Amino acid sequence: MSEEKTEKKEEWKPRLVAYVCNWCTYGGADLAGTSRLTYDTSVRAIKLPCTGRIDPLFIIKAFERGADGVLISGCHPGDCHYNTGNYHARRRWTTFRSLLDFSGIDMRRLHFSWISAAEAGKWVEVINEVSTNLKELGPYKEFKAITEKKEEYDRVFAQ
Amino acid sequence: MIESLRSKSKELLENGTVSLVIGYAEGSKKGKTKPFFAYSSEDCDKLTFSPQCVNNLTIYLTRKFTFMKKGKVAIVAKGCDVKTINVLIQENQLKRDDVIILGMSCDGVVGKDIVHDGEQLPDENKSIKCLTCDVKTPIDYDHLFGEEIKSEALEPMTGGIYDAVKEVKAMSWSDRWKYWMDHFERCIKCYACKKVCPLCYCDVCITEKSRPQWIETSAHARGNYAWNIKRAMDLAGRCTFCGECDRSCPAEIPLNIINQELAMTVYDSFENYTAGYQTDVTPPFVSFKEEDKEDFIK
Repeated sequence: MSEEKTEKKEEWKPRLVAYVCNWCTYGGADLAGTSRLTYDTSVRAIKLPCTGRIDPLFIIKAFERGADGVLISGCHPGDCHYNTGNYHARRRWTTFRSLLDFSGIDMRRLHFSWISAAEAGKWVEVINEVSTNLKELGPYKEFKAITEKKEEYDRVFAQ
Repeated sequence: MIESLRSKSKELLENGTVSLVIGYAEGSKKGKTKPFFAYSSEDCDKLTFSPQCVNNLTIYLTRKFTFMKKGKVAIVAKGCDVKTINVLIQENQLKRDDVIILGMSCDGVVGKDIVHDGEQLPDENKSIKCLTCDVKTPIDYDHLFGEEIKSEALEPMTGGIYDAVKEVKAMSWSDRWKYWMDHFERCIKCYACKKVCPLCYCDVCITEKSRPQWIETSAHARGNYAWNIKRAMDLAGRCTFCGECDRSCPAEIPLNIINQELAMTVYDSFENYTAGYQTDVTPPFVSFKEEDKEDFIK
């Protein structure tokens, strides 16, 4: 029993932050729950009104706070509750994704998807796929290194 | 060229068309110029123009400064500065009728930290933006000074800074991360890049917000990364490559490279859009096309 416990503690789990839109992907995740579908528990879903609400800084903040991966998901094009939110968001991501790639972010840790409120199966698939990938990749060392530097900086200035 | 600029400025001030002429005057050091505000015709004798006139004066037309409240102003603008004016007009920050553009034909200005004296400016002394300049004669002006210079037909997004961008792009992602971290670590969060940018004109900047604090105020790699990425992202599809942020950076972070990477992405992704050439088109981030590419979305 005790052996099992320690083994479980040692098993590393990625932290996947999912920014999801209230109307589609959150509904999809909800449906997955009510349909008793199981998916990887490494995901932390953060509900937002629309993918158009997702500021580029959200992604950076997630990594800053120790996320190993970020998933952004919303309504399929044409399905936006606010008509055009996801179209605008798509343009922003196209650019921001390229900027993050250029600045040296590991692009295997940043994922985008369209998941409607009816696609509980797709939510499960995407989460499982992304989580499995993250488990293979391990912790996001590169970004965590600059967090350690920040802590060192704080220590020096606290003295 | 300088004589006609001075006489035109005098004429505009004397007949009351404008209350202020924003231009350049000799700086305190030889081979340097400074921004200069001519309120009277006597002041106009101090106006000058040379390859040392590196500043983008259009910042004084934004709401960071309140000169516009005094009525119409005239501004001395090089081709690259006129592109900034175009973006300001496009973003409703300025009315074309509120400004008189004294366009200068310009064959390049001096690069960062280069002291150059004399008329002819060799290519190696030029600012990197001048190497790919296609607006040696401004695209829009009320009065033009100097001979019209035909810009060579250039292949878009090649040469000069774009080659430097491609060089960084060719690295592996972990090398790029090291490359940028080496640079961003030096950032001292002086925000000179923000202060000097004519297109960074929000009344309240996100860096001044503390609840919640999106960008850490202390100068360490993590907060610096967030700041530099956010700053670049806010200029996506708007930056006209005046190079002022790069020039003013005391930590020598190659901000031009990151800005122009975004310009290249916008050019490739959104129907060859380049900022600063037209005032009557909708900027790429307030419009969309249903058929925009989405190959990265699952």
